[in-house]
Amino acid sequence: MEQLLAFTYEHMEMIYIVILSIILGIQVIESVPTVLHTPLMSGANAIHGVVVVGAIIVMGSAAPDNYVALILGFLAVVLGTVNVVGGFVVTDRMLDMFKKKPAKKD
Amino acid sequence: MIGDYILEIAYLIASVLYIFGLKMMSDPKTAKNGNLWAAVGMTVAIVATIFLYMDSEGKHLHNLPWIGGGIAIGSVLGYLMAKRVQMTDMPQMVSLFNGMGGACAAIIGLIEFPHYAHNPESSFLILLTIYAGVVIGSTSFAGSMIAFLKLNGNLNKDIRLPFYNVMNTGLIIAAVGLTICLAGGHIHANVDMWVYILLGLSLAYGVLFVLPIGGADMPVVISLLNSFTGMAAAFGGFLYGNMAMLTGGILVGSAGTILTVVMCNAMNRSLSAVIFGAFGTGGAAAAAVGDGKQKSYKQTSPSDLAVLLNYSSKVIIVPGYGLAVAQAQHVVHELESILSSRGVEVKYAIHPVAGRMPGHMNVLLAESNVDYDRLVEMEDINPEFSTCDVVLVLGANDVVNPAAKEDPSSPIYGMPILNVEDAKHTVINKRSMSVGYAGIDNDLFYRDKSSMLFGDAKKVLTELVSELKAL
Repeated sequence: MEQLLAFTYEHMEMIYIVILSIILGIQVIESVPTVLHTPLMSGANAIHGVVVVGAIIVMGSAAPDNYVALILGFLAVVLGTVNVVGGFVVTDRMLDMFKKKPAKKD
Repeated sequence: MIGDYILEIAYLIASVLYIFGLKMMSDPKTAKNGNLWAAVGMTVAIVATIFLYMDSEGKHLHNLPWIGGGIAIGSVLGYLMAKRVQMTDMPQMVSLFNGMGGACAAIIGLIEFPHYAHNPESSFLILLTIYAGVVIGSTSFAGSMIAFLKLNGNLNKDIRLPFYNVMNTGLIIAAVGLTICLAGGHIHANVDMWVYILLGLSLAYGVLFVLPIGGADMPVVISLLNSFTGMAAAFGGFLYGNMAMLTGGILVGSAGTILTVVMCNAMNRSLSAVIFGAFGTGGAAAAAVGDGKQKSYKQTSPSDLAVLLNYSSKVIIVPGYGLAVAQAQHVVHELESILSSRGVEVKYAIHPVAGRMPGHMNVLLAESNVDYDRLVEMEDINPEFSTCDVVLVLGANDVVNPAAKEDPSSPIYGMPILNVEDAKHTVINKRSMSVGYAGIDNDLFYRDKSSMLFGDAKKVLTELVSELKAL
């Protein structure tokens, strides 16, 4: 119990951020029209690709002779980057389709 | 030192850009820019990390060529995959990308745990963060891969192992228990082996969790797994004290969870019903009852339909996944243009879960230049069916099944549907009389005002268009 309280105290800023981000995430989504659910899911999917930052840190801190960490880290960087780049590009393609609407009206 | 300050500021900028990006993505007008803003934020976070990150001893990252190589390979792969995918295959693509993010989070945990697990000073919560990242990341990875295979058609059956609910619950309890034991330092010998057992349990759970879930519930699962990966990323952020990962991960975690709930509401399904899948069993029973008596239906032809449509004043088109599979969205747009040029009012009725994901149908129709204003959502179009001459149901089934309103024993009972039976005529295009995604019979097909137009949507519609032009 004391450990938990101490942890909470030490990481108060983080806990604020967590709580505020949760509320923000809920707020942002609530007003979305159904039309945009798929692109939004895809966009959110790309944003959680930020996990690649962790992969970069792991990779960059691995000892040069720790081959397991290097190979796994490399794999993580590749996978994370695919998530980020693929996610944003796919979302952009989906949204492209909504954009050219006003141009063509027959 | 100055690098540290800049890094933190870069993360702040990145977080703000995600938030604005996500917010802008909730309006069709600003969505595209929102996506770009979020991408810029991501680039800022990644570049700043590579060049400015310093560990606790003040050393910069090394192995930069490896990092650069990984990013280059990942970028090319991701770009090509995203550019080549067909719009109809979008849901599985999202699932695949999600799985990769999950795998990335799990791998981070696997590399990091030896540094912390063997250090007696590591606190329970830090260890918990690492193991939770492994568990959630790998569950999300395994689940997303199964979802990908199912949506891609490689894995067609909803496989239900005997007592899968008991097994799944057992797996969760085992994984959570093991995580707590490991994080609490109660396991002293063979920690590495136990962590890999934990990994195995989580992967198995991911597979078994998604395997029995039926196709119609797939988007909900993908959305849920999406928020899992977000949480896994957030755990990584907690571990490194990395604000960009923390805010990005939590934002997606909470937004994904809400999106999941919104989708469930649109289908009038509870999340637990999706996860514990009461669907298939109920559906089988209902289908069996339907097979008991032979019911008759009327058939129509493209030429008859062309005449009917030509002399209508209002036509509503109900597009479904069958239309998308047949790649007929462009022909539909042509049909709509011809009819409107002859003074027929044409609208599209978009059910919230038309296609394979909420909004998927809108994307597909938008791709073929259908006017945004013609796409009407369910609540707005439902009162209009009674004033409409012909409803053209193209490859949709469950979303127009009156059983959802009338038959309390139906597995889809309570799901909001499009009230197509209010129209004067309902024409349903399907390839055969087979059941829809939910696996249940549709009474609509046998009603007096209904007639069936069999055949591949694209082929039939092309014939219809040429018949119309000839009139």
